Amino acid sequence: MTIGRSVPRVDARDKAAGTAKYTSDLEPRSYLVAKVVHSTIAFGEVKAFHLEEALAVPGVVKIFTCFDVPQTLYPTPGHPWSVEEAHQDVADRLLLERRVRFYGDDIAAVVAEDDVAAARAARLIRVDYEPFQPYLTPEQTTAPGAKPIHAEKPDNILARSGFHLGEMSYEEAEASEPDLVVLHKTYQTQPVQHCHLEPPVSFAWQEDGKLTVVSSTQIPHIVRRVVGQATGLPWGSIRVIKPYIGGGFGNKQDVLYEPLNAWLSLQLGGRPVKLELSREETFTCTRLRHAIGFHVDGAVRRDGTLVARRCEAWSNQGGYASHGHAIAANAINGFKQLYRDEKALECSAYTVYTNIGVGGAMRGYGIPQSCFATEALTDDLALAIGMDPLEFRRKNGIQAGYEDPHTHIRFVSYGLAAAVQKGREMIHWDALRERYRDQTGPIRRGVGMAMFCYKTGVYPISLETASCRMVLHQDGSVQVQMGATEIGQGADTVFSQMAAETIGLSLEKVHISTVQDTDITPFDTGAYASRQSYVSGMAVKKTALAFKARILDYAAYVLGRSVEELDLRDDQIVDAADGAPLRSVADVAVEAFYSLDRSEHITAEETSQCKVNTFASGCCFAEVEVDIPLGKVKVLHIVNVHDSGTLLNPKLAEAQVHGGMSMGLGYALSEELRYDDKGRPLNGDLLDYKLPTALDTPELQAAFVEVPDPTGPYGNKALGEPPAIPGAPAIRNAVLHATGVAIDSLPLDPQKLVAAFTAAGLIDD
Amino acid sequence: MYDIQSYHQAASVADAVAALVRDPEAMPIAGGTDVLIQTREGRHAGCHLVSIHGLPELREIRREADGTLVIGSGCTFSQIHASPVLRPRVPMLCDAVDQVGSPQIRNMGTIGGNVCNGVTSADSAPSLLALEAQLELTGPEGVRRVPILEWYTGPGRTVRRREEILTALRIAPEQYEGWYGRYLKYGKREAMEISTLGCAVRVKLSPDRQRVEALRIAYGVAAPTPVRCPESEALAVGRPLDEALVKELGQHVLTELQPRDSWRASKAFRFQIARELCRRAFRQAVIDAGGAIHA
Repeated sequence: MTIGRSVPRVDARDKAAGTAKYTSDLEPRSYLVAKVVHSTIAFGEVKAFHLEEALAVPGVVKIFTCFDVPQTLYPTPGHPWSVEEAHQDVADRLLLERRVRFYGDDIAAVVAEDDVAAARAARLIRVDYEPFQPYLTPEQTTAPGAKPIHAEKPDNILARSGFHLGEMSYEEAEASEPDLVVLHKTYQTQPVQHCHLEPPVSFAWQEDGKLTVVSSTQIPHIVRRVVGQATGLPWGSIRVIKPYIGGGFGNKQDVLYEPLNAWLSLQLGGRPVKLELSREETFTCTRLRHAIGFHVDGAVRRDGTLVARRCEAWSNQGGYASHGHAIAANAINGFKQLYRDEKALECSAYTVYTNIGVGGAMRGYGIPQSCFATEALTDDLALAIGMDPLEFRRKNGIQAGYEDPHTHIRFVSYGLAAAVQKGREMIHWDALRERYRDQTGPIRRGVGMAMFCYKTGVYPISLETASCRMVLHQDGSVQVQMGATEIGQGADTVFSQMAAETIGLSLEKVHISTVQDTDITPFDTGAYASRQSYVSGMAVKKTALAFKARILDYAAYVLGRSVEELDLRDDQIVDAADGAPLRSVADVAVEAFYSLDRSEHITAEETSQCKVNTFASGCCFAEVEVDIPLGKVKVLHIVNVHDSGTLLNPKLAEAQVHGGMSMGLGYALSEELRYDDKGRPLNGDLLDYKLPTALDTPELQAAFVEVPDPTGPYGNKALGEPPAIPGAPAIRNAVLHATGVAIDSLPLDPQKLVAAFTAAGLIDD
Repeated sequence: MYDIQSYHQAASVADAVAALVRDPEAMPIAGGTDVLIQTREGRHAGCHLVSIHGLPELREIRREADGTLVIGSGCTFSQIHASPVLRPRVPMLCDAVDQVGSPQIRNMGTIGGNVCNGVTSADSAPSLLALEAQLELTGPEGVRRVPILEWYTGPGRTVRRREEILTALRIAPEQYEGWYGRYLKYGKREAMEISTLGCAVRVKLSPDRQRVEALRIAYGVAAPTPVRCPESEALAVGRPLDEALVKELGQHVLTELQPRDSWRASKAFRFQIARELCRRAFRQAVIDAGGAIHA
């Protein structure tokens, strides 16, 4: 059995030794360097460039501007392409833009012999603009008379959606009983950046009619399609190679600069071009987690019954559509999928273009935002009726067997209630809730919690498909090729475990090809939506079964037995009846390759289209100490408990949770990309954007309730994104418990806290 | 790749001064933890650098016969933090420089660079102000000493002339004997952090440890340059150690500070932090000095 064991990562040795190859390690010979020139206004039109001085810089090869590029709009999000036009992603990007839609928009590109020359030239380019007043918020951009950011959306609303559950409207429900406690709140989340270690970087060149792009991406097959759409090249003439990558977290689930880099190379006769972003460009010019404002009403009966809620969510998309409304639509689903409203739930979501940086996919895809809203509202409602917020959740939270009435996704396995109970015990909830009542003084403590649920992959909203190829080696080991990608999460390791488990080989006999090369590797849409161990895992299992059957078929020939009498276990062909070893797989492999009678190269390749889904869930408990006069929150203890089905590799699962909790801490307390009133980022660097450090991080406790999910290929369901979801509201609720002050926007940074504590009379002079 | 036009590694301080005189565009570089970042950002693109990095004559920490502490400008923050000469005499300074950036920055960055940069957020500055350090400069005309109280002329500006090299920081014995102090840095995170506000408080108690004999309060990021609070220091002299004094100090320092109202932190927020840090640093310094705050 290799599933369920904490085997070491298959890439640990190479990564620790520094021999693992990343994009920048794969530099082609005599490449040029591209530097993108970014707008210094947030909204307006480029009128002219003055390039003379820049062109005179020694080493500059060529400068391309927005007046040179093809006027072909293309989409960037890493979604499966839809064969139905109505469901295709919004195509609203050009390679370089005349109409500037956010500060840092791409308006020109310098190609030079080295990066010093490119940077010198870029600094010398002068641009004439016709600037417009930028819109930073949904309110500004939807105000009467606002100028359209994209002509195709004259009201600046990219999309809207909503749903209503219950027999009556929210208004009717609120008025249906005399004694309901009602809250009207606004919960606001902030833009944050992924801060993956490796910035977006690619090489592009063309030889022998093939355009090759090496890129740090989560989604190589989608990059190929989008490069084709942007450049007009046939998709088969494009080859995308994805080596190891230094993190993505959703930012690299977008096709960022590969199309521009490919086009630049094509303009220069196919010469290799490197395009690597700086950290500052990564903040300003790639993607962000959307800031979403939730206007929420909640009505609760004094016995703790959640009677009705209403939510209107406004998602700040920034200048381009990217993943667009999919995120806000997912966000409002968080309301129905976490609680049962007795009489009514009304939710609507709007995604609007503005002139801040572009919102895209980021670990949790709208759910970290809505979890903040639902879980803050829950604690505010519980406080209003004097109820323990954990009891409130037990009473009103989603139960086993829940099925979403619209998507029909179910909790096929359900461990939420058990997870809450486990977290309750680990944090000593009951004792601490009691101990921290009625505190005084400048330093106070509190404990808070939040829960979430999260689907596994994107079915039925989008296509779920994955494929795998297995090739037998002469020594009886197997080469596994996946379209699914290793992005640091441990995919290669768990796919290897799955292959070993299902074929009957030891883990040492499984070799996994970590590099995706779209000319060679089978198709998969890539790493996102916590999908790969579930969806791509199904492809591994299906292929492994076919592969095993072919080995057994050949072994039957070699052994002169009927195939039904044979099985493959522990690297041996065995008698299925009693398990007695008959021949090693290695011997069978040698025979298969070199038999003078029947030579056969044993391979298998399968596509698995996934048409099921299941909810994962979990919770976070946090104990905090608040230094009121200094506005500081110290997290003393924090526990995440996850209901993610069978753990494929417990140590890797724990590491996955630690990483997500760390992101949750930053989201809760310190991270926010801020803009001035001209739409210029104020803190787009790692000095002023406060990513937590090791010293800001308490011990991260990861726990699980393992309920095998029958739909998962190995009992597993989503775990990639969920750990990042519940931390922020749990900490917010702990601060509420400690101080009695409800902070309704993220992050809970010291200045905001000092202002709120001062207003609440907790700070005197 | 850094955009550096020319680079001269000096063999001595005299050689560095000569190189700065020769090339009117040249600037000194020591640990490089500020200069290289500014070069990468484009602010010093195409710079001409004269390196004093690693010069042995700038890396010495010693105590002179009269007790004066002499810290070479090229001493790194790590070196100062671990110095057996400084630790027993000016622990506040040793702890303050240990709050700069990251371990890597502290291994490269120098106290001379921290002071010559002239910024109000330098973590060593409030302590050096409270210690009334003397700064020793070597230029084409020879050596001169400047009290740190006369060093800063504005944000990022000091009295150092372009051709001068800061060679040493000197702390007289009367500045540390009998004194106890604390530097409290306020940042938004616990490491890799620029100071939002920093407060250094030094106190000397009466022989019976019941009263303040002398007090020094210095701030970083509470004004365009690091500053002292002379009026607040004066009002404490001779006062008993009680809560009324703690409260009054916290209120009074605010009249001597001019923090910026910026997106990094509002003026109101900085005032609140300045008030609270002063009180906390004073309390700790009094405890270090063997005193106690009475109700």
